[in-house]
Amino acid sequence: MRSSARLRRAVPLAVLSPSLLVIAVGVYGFIAFTIVVSFTRSKMFPSWDWVGLGQYPRLFRNSRWETAVDNMLVFGSLYILASTVLGLAMAILLDQKIRAEGVLRTIYLYPLALSFIVTGVVWQWLLNPGLGIQKMVRSWGWESFELRWITDPDLAIYCIVLAGVWQVAGFSMAMFLSGLRGMNQEVISAARIDGAPMWRIYQRVVIPALRPVFLTAFVVQAHLAIKSYDLVVALTQGGPGLATELPSTFMYSTTFTRNDMGQGAASAVMMLLAVAAVMVPYLYSELRSERPAS
Amino acid sequence: MSAVAPPNEATHASLTASGVDALVRRRERSRRRGRWIIHALLIVLAAFFLLPLVVMVMTSLKSMPEIRTGTLLSLPTSPSFDAWRSAWSEACISVSCEGLSSYFVNSFVIVIPAVVLSVAFGALNGYVLTKWRFPGANLVFGLLLFGCFIPFQIVLIPMASTLGFLGLAGTPAGLVLVHFVYGISFTTLFFRNFYVSVPEDLMKSAKIDGAGFWSIFVRILMPLSWPIVIVSVIWQFTNVWNDFLFGVSFAAGDSQPVTVALNNLVNTSTGVKAYNVDMAGAVIAALPTILVYVVAGRYFMRGLMSGAVKG
Repeated sequence: MRSSARLRRAVPLAVLSPSLLVIAVGVYGFIAFTIVVSFTRSKMFPSWDWVGLGQYPRLFRNSRWETAVDNMLVFGSLYILASTVLGLAMAILLDQKIRAEGVLRTIYLYPLALSFIVTGVVWQWLLNPGLGIQKMVRSWGWESFELRWITDPDLAIYCIVLAGVWQVAGFSMAMFLSGLRGMNQEVISAARIDGAPMWRIYQRVVIPALRPVFLTAFVVQAHLAIKSYDLVVALTQGGPGLATELPSTFMYSTTFTRNDMGQGAASAVMMLLAVAAVMVPYLYSELRSERPAS
Repeated sequence: MSAVAPPNEATHASLTASGVDALVRRRERSRRRGRWIIHALLIVLAAFFLLPLVVMVMTSLKSMPEIRTGTLLSLPTSPSFDAWRSAWSEACISVSCEGLSSYFVNSFVIVIPAVVLSVAFGALNGYVLTKWRFPGANLVFGLLLFGCFIPFQIVLIPMASTLGFLGLAGTPAGLVLVHFVYGISFTTLFFRNFYVSVPEDLMKSAKIDGAGFWSIFVRILMPLSWPIVIVSVIWQFTNVWNDFLFGVSFAAGDSQPVTVALNNLVNTSTGVKAYNVDMAGAVIAALPTILVYVVAGRYFMRGLMSGAVKG
């Protein structure tokens, strides 16, 4: 009897254990492995030639890494800002009892189903100075129109922002829309009866009430921004020059094409720390706030 | 602002009424104008999101001379699928000139087992984490969850060594394993959040009837689970199909998924650029996930939202 009870309790854990093992090794073990490699002088393959923290000062002095981080700050802040503002605007517009809401929502969201490679390939074509949007607008009669971002080292990063925002703005919209739909409608109708104009109701009542959604949208977009890799590869290959190099492309080329694995591992650790700085407090508070309910 | 009558003058009553009338009419007019502006903005936004898709499809139907003389939105004069045929079976990708077809098949070979495995394990994990709770279950869930958010650059180096050690380097089986490992965090999240809302009473009465771990899962939870199964399958299908980083890192030349092949076709090909073939290739690579989205967009949305917003 007692042993069968114990067996009963063992089954669920046995079922869970393959996944736990796989995550323990594939996530935590591998993170530890990469951290260890970042403490070595590994070149083409992992080696145990210990240098302590040496790779990190080397990384911070690396001007290519510095460029990658600067680009990330520009890209990340614009990407988060633009997709939040656009997503919020789209959600508010769609929340005005629009008859075609379903169709419009489908149109705004379909880019999320695409691979970043497809997005990059298409936007590369749209932004092609010779045959793309520039030529189209000029053919409409605006002869001096210029759109050469993709070939201009100072502007190429905005191509990544544009294509990235195009792809994920629908996601922000969906988050804000579900926030709007979950809102207490009485407060809004009360404010309406008081005769407050609609824009002021949004400014004073609705948008402040969406604060938790802003936080979620920020967290989601920040981690997407730090992880962005495919889009850059497909759209600009990090160029022209290093104009669109990001930490992710730095990590890949340093590790696998320039065979400086210790340095690549150090850059991967920095990326992890950046994501963790955003995600860990968020996940912690989410799971904590869930506990009393369960 | 509006014509409000002085309070003492009864004679102005009719004027007041017409003033209110005018006010109402003006409000109505401004409301109509507001509606018009809202609709115009929504249509402009729709055009912005549709433009790349429209251009991609139209370019793929044109010939190269037509692309050079026309503009992005000029309609194809004699639409043809030549570029599609080329992208599918003739275009040169690295050394071989056999198009995207075999890479397209590779993607399915990788995606199908990866999706089945990660969804099956996610369902079981969600079941254990909600219905067979143990001390520390929340912590375990939190630790699993972190797997959803790590930048995968942090696992590339050890994963390359591990796949080599297992003899799976460069094989589709290796990629299936990789997608399984980094997929179960998501599927566990989906099923766990779904099963949390299944009433405990259902479980209790089944347990009293002597039903065990497996029979409860099969008889009680599985019949309820199909919506979340669809959500998970769609999520995993989209993610694995669209993956590039793992594909480019771990697949050998002819076992590469279609995303890697498309990037090679567009960005590393030599010779004259064939934009129509590039665009046809992009449409081909995008078709499966677009189809899934069109057919089951509702479930796609739900996956997206439960990844971001609790409950």
